[in-house]
Amino acid sequence: MGILAISIDRRRRLVNSLMTSLTAICAIFATLILLIIIGYIAIQGVSSLSFQFLIDTPKPVGEGGGIGNAIVGSAMMTLLAAAIGLPVGIAAGVYLAEFGKNWFGNTVRFIADTLIGIPSIIIGIFIYTLVVLPMGRQSGLAGGLALAIIMIPIVARTTEEMIRLVPHSMREGALALGAPQWRVSLNIVLPAAASGIATGAMLSIARVTGETAPLLFTALNSRFYNFYLDQPMSSLTVQIFNFATGPFEVEHAMAWAATLILAGIILVINILVRFLTRKRF
Amino acid sequence: MAQTGAIGDKIFRSVVLIAAASILVIVAAIFYMMAQNSIPTIERFGIGFLIGREWRPAQEQFGALPFIYGTVVSSLIALFLSVPISLGIAIFLVEQAPKRVARPIAFMVELLAAIPSVVYGLWGIFVLAPFIRNYLGPFLQDYLGWLPLFQGRLTGIGMLTGGIILALMVTPIVTAVVRDVLEAVPTTQREAALALGATKWETTRIVLGNAASGIAGAVVLGLGRAIGETMAVTMVIGNSPQISASLFEPANTIASLLAANFAEATDKIYLSALIEIGLVLFLVTFVVNALAKLLIMSVAGSANSAKHV
Repeated sequence: MGILAISIDRRRRLVNSLMTSLTAICAIFATLILLIIIGYIAIQGVSSLSFQFLIDTPKPVGEGGGIGNAIVGSAMMTLLAAAIGLPVGIAAGVYLAEFGKNWFGNTVRFIADTLIGIPSIIIGIFIYTLVVLPMGRQSGLAGGLALAIIMIPIVARTTEEMIRLVPHSMREGALALGAPQWRVSLNIVLPAAASGIATGAMLSIARVTGETAPLLFTALNSRFYNFYLDQPMSSLTVQIFNFATGPFEVEHAMAWAATLILAGIILVINILVRFLTRKRF
Repeated sequence: MAQTGAIGDKIFRSVVLIAAASILVIVAAIFYMMAQNSIPTIERFGIGFLIGREWRPAQEQFGALPFIYGTVVSSLIALFLSVPISLGIAIFLVEQAPKRVARPIAFMVELLAAIPSVVYGLWGIFVLAPFIRNYLGPFLQDYLGWLPLFQGRLTGIGMLTGGIILALMVTPIVTAVVRDVLEAVPTTQREAALALGATKWETTRIVLGNAASGIAGAVVLGLGRAIGETMAVTMVIGNSPQISASLFEPANTIASLLAANFAEATDKIYLSALIEIGLVLFLVTFVVNALAKLLIMSVAGSANSAKHV
């Protein structure tokens, strides 16, 4: 009996340490994958990066060139998306936090979360049928709108959460002083949640900057600098896709360099947000 | 003063209400526009569209089965690989690692989710595909080559590569949800188990049992992401509409079909076919995501899900 108990006990401890090491291996594996991916981007990207690359336009296929027009296009469409997506998303988030404790609020919350999970290529098809077909051509406008739709539910849900973190006493204090509800929301609650909302906004901007699928057939691509929203527009992501899937070595190298820029922007935003929010919460 | 307050309240409330309602309008409009634009093929092919195996746009033959098959199989490979790893990471972060170890690792796993799809695709083409062609593929053929799954020519581009890339992309999402779900299990349960003499692992098993429906939700959410993931898969799966038992053969998914062909579809019936298959993808991911959300809510409460974007 005693021996049996000891051997069972030993087995339990063995299983325990085995499983503990297995979970640690999983965690190490994931961090290694991240480091390998970032390592490849850094090494491959740096080797073909130059100042000229950042301002040139792509030359005819296979002859190199740069991604200046793609950087401008990405920036313009992301700005358009932010100009539409942020106000609508933040306002929707204010509704959910301030008035959303009813069936309508619950429905919006549920649908917003579901919309976040809808493949972004579906948003691309939607904008194609809504904007591209009637206009008769692809455009930066269509691309920016597609990105805005991706932004809205994300911004709405993070805004709601940030507003919910504002202490009730602040709201009550303002209401007790006779301020109407809208003044309380706009002048007390929103400023208190502002930095949280701003970090959420930055993350959503990082997210749409990396989107490719919704731009493929809405903004299409362009070989030239284009500052008009009613014309097809290049973007970093679509350009990377085209470079990477083409047959030319030169363009593969350009894909890595463009990825270094893109991933750099996105990772820096993410790390910055992490660094900024760590102190506060 | 009170008067302006009342009017201001009304205006303010309507503005934010309209913004919130716009989310519902968007989803309804997506459904309407896609249904409207796929009427030609729905009327012409009916159910045959979904079960047909031949996809030849030039001959106006549209059978979507190879894409449905590719989507299902690549997603299953992704879940098969990523769920155990995600569970392991989440258990390590919540149940085992000390805070100062867990925090940086958790952040690095979150960064994996921030990397854009097209970057995974680029990495997949130039790093993962050669690795599978030169190392993993020959290894699998040496030891499991008698299985039809691992027969055929090794190019590095194909179903398996697509599934592995998907697994890498789904892992951070599943991990994040499982973490939240585990953290929502009350500490008293762990204390009770430990007090009864359970080992750390036995305690974890009890916690996992209590979090089961939330973990199921995390897996379903991962499934939704895998089904809809587009760019990375397009770049490594080979884009060939065939149904093959071999995981080394090129295949195609609904999302990658759309990514690769939509821009060229000028002919009305072809466009309708692509939009119809997009509608199928929309409806499936909508249902899958809604299900995931319900499962996660049953454990972790409703406030958490916006974090997993």
